[in-house]
Amino acid sequence: MNQTSEPESSDAPAGSIRLNGGQALIKSLELEGVEVIFGYPGGAILPVYDPIIDSKIRHVLVRHEQGAGHAAEGYAHVTGRPGVCMVTSGPAATNVVTPLADAYLDSVPMVCITGQVALPAIGTDAFQECDTTGITRSITKHNMLVTRAEDIPRAVREAFHIATTGRPGPVLIDIPKDIVDANNPNAYFDFVYPPEIDLPGYAPMTAADPVAVAEAVEMIRAAERPVLYVGGGVLKARGAQALLDMAEIGNIPVVTTLMARGAFPDSHELCLGMPGMHGNYTAVRAIQEADLLIAMGSRFDDRVTGKVGAFAPGAKIIHVDIDPAEHGKVRRPDVSIVGDCRLAMEAINAAIESHGGPSAHTDHTAWRQRLSGWQENFPLTYDPPEPGELLKPQAVLEALRDACPPDTIVASGVGQHQMWASQYWRFDHPYTWVNSGGLGTMGFSIPAALGAKAAYPDRMVWAVDGDGCFQMTAQELITASVEKIPIKVALLNNAYLGMVRQWQELFYDERYSEVHLGHEMPDYVKWAESMGCVAFRVEDQSEVDAVIAKANQINDRPVVVEFRCLSEEKVYPMVPAGGSNDDIIVHPSQQPEQSEQSGQ
Amino acid sequence: MTGNKPHRTIVVLVENKAGVLARVADLFARRGYNIISLAVAPTHDERLSKLTIVVDVESAPLDQIMKQLFKLINVVEIAELSPGDGVERELLLATVEAPKDTRSQIVELVDIFEGKIVAVSADRLTVSLDGAPSKLDDFETLLESYSITDLQRSGRIALPKIGRDVPRLRAVPEAV
Repeated sequence: MNQTSEPESSDAPAGSIRLNGGQALIKSLELEGVEVIFGYPGGAILPVYDPIIDSKIRHVLVRHEQGAGHAAEGYAHVTGRPGVCMVTSGPAATNVVTPLADAYLDSVPMVCITGQVALPAIGTDAFQECDTTGITRSITKHNMLVTRAEDIPRAVREAFHIATTGRPGPVLIDIPKDIVDANNPNAYFDFVYPPEIDLPGYAPMTAADPVAVAEAVEMIRAAERPVLYVGGGVLKARGAQALLDMAEIGNIPVVTTLMARGAFPDSHELCLGMPGMHGNYTAVRAIQEADLLIAMGSRFDDRVTGKVGAFAPGAKIIHVDIDPAEHGKVRRPDVSIVGDCRLAMEAINAAIESHGGPSAHTDHTAWRQRLSGWQENFPLTYDPPEPGELLKPQAVLEALRDACPPDTIVASGVGQHQMWASQYWRFDHPYTWVNSGGLGTMGFSIPAALGAKAAYPDRMVWAVDGDGCFQMTAQELITASVEKIPIKVALLNNAYLGMVRQWQELFYDERYSEVHLGHEMPDYVKWAESMGCVAFRVEDQSEVDAVIAKANQINDRPVVVEFRCLSEEKVYPMVPAGGSNDDIIVHPSQQPEQSEQSGQ
Repeated sequence: MTGNKPHRTIVVLVENKAGVLARVADLFARRGYNIISLAVAPTHDERLSKLTIVVDVESAPLDQIMKQLFKLINVVEIAELSPGDGVERELLLATVEAPKDTRSQIVELVDIFEGKIVAVSADRLTVSLDGAPSKLDDFETLLESYSITDLQRSGRIALPKIGRDVPRLRAVPEAV
């Protein structure tokens, strides 16, 4: 018998309030701690935009729905909290397909809310109808079509839980118009935020199996040439400190993939930089020569491995990843640890220390000496700019790097400028590098920078962009101006789709097909000014520092600096697609040294 | 017929929610895995459905298929049934030409296999047979000499043999 001193109303649970679906959605987002929604209204989502007026949540009105998605990703990259975007049905939903796919491949926590036509119209080819959950099924961690107003709070609760736990990823909630409509009596219910989550099929493993950890520790202690191959999973697990400890305790050199730049300080003596297709020589060679590769939150992506059969041929593999399906997907590990990278590294560190720490296991002096030799002979390099020439993008990025505070956030587009930014920036802090790694989405940088700056208004945020990328998403600079989110854009204008041009030069006999954009068209300075930005154009190396200094002093408006760069500059080193990492092409000035070494 | 392709049977317990079958089918299509047969129906627990999938393990290793499937939020459990570990059943319906001169032979064949004749016309018979998939394969081969005009097999369903511990992936340890 349930004896209570006061009878409770049988109609409404205690403490509940009566809301319609639209109000319930916004209320649920508030209860999830959402600070900002990047969005764009439209027909089917209209009823949800009404309660936004009364909410404390900030809404940033983007200029294209793709921008809303990438801004949410940028926000999530730098904060670790889920980014939220909200758009209407049909074409708006298809416009967020690219950011969803991007977030899926880079494991970015994100919740996307799409409007849908009213329930009775679903399936009738109604105006602005598309099968959003069908289209996004394979590019979201999960998605759902909500069919009753009273299911909205549970859907939101589950979406945030799924997006942020285990391997993070995007979750989409599709909401038909009638269940959020204030004029629909059936859209009202007694709002209760569900205290518990009922997902019988979802319980990601986090803690590492102690048996596997013990095996890993034995391997680490026995290794003569170990390398920590660190991926984005370390950042997702908030594991930078544990990584630093692991590298130092075990005296293990570290490579950080494109998704992991900043997870380990570039200025640390154990840091070898980025591996992969445009990784630096020492990072690539170290993996090839290693006898133990500790893959930490990384997934043996083809841009890292090159030809899989020739990747790290002599290495045993310890693979740590929270996603069981990554284990053995590309390379079969010798020890497999399914779980959270931070927890796994903490367990490994504790075990190594209990064995007596670094002095007790194999001396890595000889290994470290070989690595230093490669670092000395094959540093990242480029030919310095000649007087009267246009700019060298690498020199511009070095100047920018040296002029910015160390906690500056850099968001990059996709292409040559992305590789140069990753190579030449010095990432000493986690969560300062935002880029599209897996999907390779051109146009990512400006909206992503916008999202990052919205999260941290007091931090300096630079978008490093190419001219091709800039033309894809520049409209979000209007958002930046109007919403007072003053990002800065370093536009490396080399008049070409530079990376494609590079491939055509090297692998298509210099037959340049559809890659020329031109330095002059459009006029980027006028364009940027028309969007409310302060804009500069730099064509000579002697002006670079002064203009960057000026740009860094402007805090009330977005700034675009167009750097006119040489078209012919190429990204080195380079491993040709599908080739072995052993066939790495170094900068031409280093090629004699390389052939001398291989001739030995 | 499953033919000679290397195949395995997995039994997938899923939440009985809209679109779950599409999620499973999508995943097979997107990752390039092949389904040889598929049977779906609700279980005794109305919140759950069971899929019995015969997968082509030439297209991808089984453990990768199982792990990718298990990432679907609505997948509650996956059990792998190797040939000795499961009880498997399938249903076959076939309509065959049955003129006077061969009709008795067909009836005899159905009788031998302990099948049933479920519909009759002047010149055709519809027959049904349930049983282990290999038995259905044999029956189908023999029936082919009588000119099959229509044939449908259900795809196999399977349960682990009683007391047999089969490899399984499960999110929440206890039964829901």
